[in-house]
Amino acid sequence: MTDATQGPLPEPGLLARSLRVLSGNRTGVIGFVLVALIVGSAILAPWIVPYDPTAIMTGPRMAPPSAAHWLGTDNIGRDIFSRVIAGGRIAMLVAAASLTAALSVGLLLGLIAGLGPRWLDNLMLLVFDALRSFPTIVFGLAVVTIIGPSLYTVMLVVAITSVPIYARIVRTQTLALKNAEFILAERAMGVGLPRLLFVHVLPNVLGPLLILASMDVPLVIATEAGLSFLGMGVRPPTPSWGVILNDGYNFIRNSPWPVIGGSIPIILVTLGFTFMGEALRDIFDPKLRKAG
Amino acid sequence: MIFYATQRFVLSVVIVMVAVSILTLMLHVVPGDPAVMILGPRATPELIEQTRVAMGLDQPLPVQIVTFFGNILRGDLGQDVFTGRAVSQIVFEQLPYTLILITVSILWAAVLGIALGCYSALRRNTWLDTLTGVISVGTISIPSFVMALYSVLLFAVWLRWLPAIGAGEGVWDGVTHLILPSFAIGVSWVGYVARIVRASMLEVMGQPHVRMARAYGLPDGWITRSHILKIAVQPAVTLIGTGVAHLFSAAVFVEVIFARPGIGALIVQAVNERNYPIVLGAVLVTTGIIVLATLISDLVIAWLDPRQREEL
Repeated sequence: MTDATQGPLPEPGLLARSLRVLSGNRTGVIGFVLVALIVGSAILAPWIVPYDPTAIMTGPRMAPPSAAHWLGTDNIGRDIFSRVIAGGRIAMLVAAASLTAALSVGLLLGLIAGLGPRWLDNLMLLVFDALRSFPTIVFGLAVVTIIGPSLYTVMLVVAITSVPIYARIVRTQTLALKNAEFILAERAMGVGLPRLLFVHVLPNVLGPLLILASMDVPLVIATEAGLSFLGMGVRPPTPSWGVILNDGYNFIRNSPWPVIGGSIPIILVTLGFTFMGEALRDIFDPKLRKAG
Repeated sequence: MIFYATQRFVLSVVIVMVAVSILTLMLHVVPGDPAVMILGPRATPELIEQTRVAMGLDQPLPVQIVTFFGNILRGDLGQDVFTGRAVSQIVFEQLPYTLILITVSILWAAVLGIALGCYSALRRNTWLDTLTGVISVGTISIPSFVMALYSVLLFAVWLRWLPAIGAGEGVWDGVTHLILPSFAIGVSWVGYVARIVRASMLEVMGQPHVRMARAYGLPDGWITRSHILKIAVQPAVTLIGTGVAHLFSAAVFVEVIFARPGIGALIVQAVNERNYPIVLGAVLVTTGIIVLATLISDLVIAWLDPRQREEL
């Protein structure tokens, strides 16, 4: 952090800038709080669930919310609140693993496309466009037919469908930087490619990429929940938000609570990560901020 | 314009071909015999051999891909593993249901979204503008299948206003059965469309050609319609064009939840039966439609705004 009393023209530090942006941004604060709650409960899930999420008959069947069961119980008397918390752990695991994979591969492919020869760039763009033209869920279902439904299939599907998006952004940024004057100057001075990549290209590319990834978390979670809802992702009895919703859908005419309970976290996650992503964008890249 | 259109068309065809290659190669990248994987662990050796020959898996890979492209050009997408019916026939039987569903969903999104967006851009900072902002964030944050579940819950289980199962018989019944599913898909897009139309209208309203028109004393309504809206709907057209992929994804859920026939329901059923030829055929057809939709939206934009034609 920069000390304001030292140096002639102090740049506001990251923390100061964050606080200033957040102080005028209520939704940003809500976003950070929601994300902290969700990530925290996902990490602590095994210790904070009131009941075993797979234990049946913890109370009456399809009970409405009560003091004993905050979100009610499902068709075989499992505690929905416990299942929702445990499902959050699965959702966060999928998001973290698949986005990390997609970011690393996308970064690598984007750099190759941006710095490599023209024909390779064109070929890769073509493959990216082809991959993007599959609807995520439909492509996911095709993959499930080949390798069977599991948590790892979901991660693979998300990773494959997200790579083109990240790779394209890295490519565009790399291309723009490739001809920037300071890069040309460095090259003229005989600086090697590794140094150019790690000192100049990566730091410029990483920021927008991470912000985008945080805004993609809701999409990943919707894909996981969606595939699990169709019975093509996480398999029962493992509690996933999609599995909870599917159980709820089957008994929707008997009790609305499983559907309501299973959908609340999905909505909160989406709001949380979207708001947080927007706030992060304002903090790190004020230029991107849209004039209202 | 014709040159641009040809260029874009050729590119689209190439993209579809690459997509097809990815799908076929996927079967071969995974270790193990594709025939065994398609049929599952219960298959007998005879059945496996039969499938291998039927799918041409006994041929070398390059031959397989060339044959596959040749077959696609002749409209042959292979046969159903169980009944032996042509996949293309099965897929095109189900396709109309999905296309109608998606079209009506786009109508919901476009009509509500453009109206709300325009209104809140013209009447900035009124209560309706604020309300549109809230609705936008709200509808964007709810995935379509959750929206579908709530539609069933609210309109079919509690209020009992609309039917929620099947596609209905006859025209009127069909229309009433279409309202809820299409609303469930379309409403997620109202927010997006409204936000984008509002932002781009505000931008266009400040541009020189609009000020020029004002200076000439042209009537406000006319300026809005022929100078502002024509440019301002462009991002919305792009959004709907690229959004067709998401609409197909949403249709999968909505068809399952509302027990409607359609491509999505077909794919889910085929995956459960491990009927890969049908999955492959259906994915191919949807991908083709999506690429076509993107092409059309690009051409519509080029037609609305000649400035876009030079870029490719």
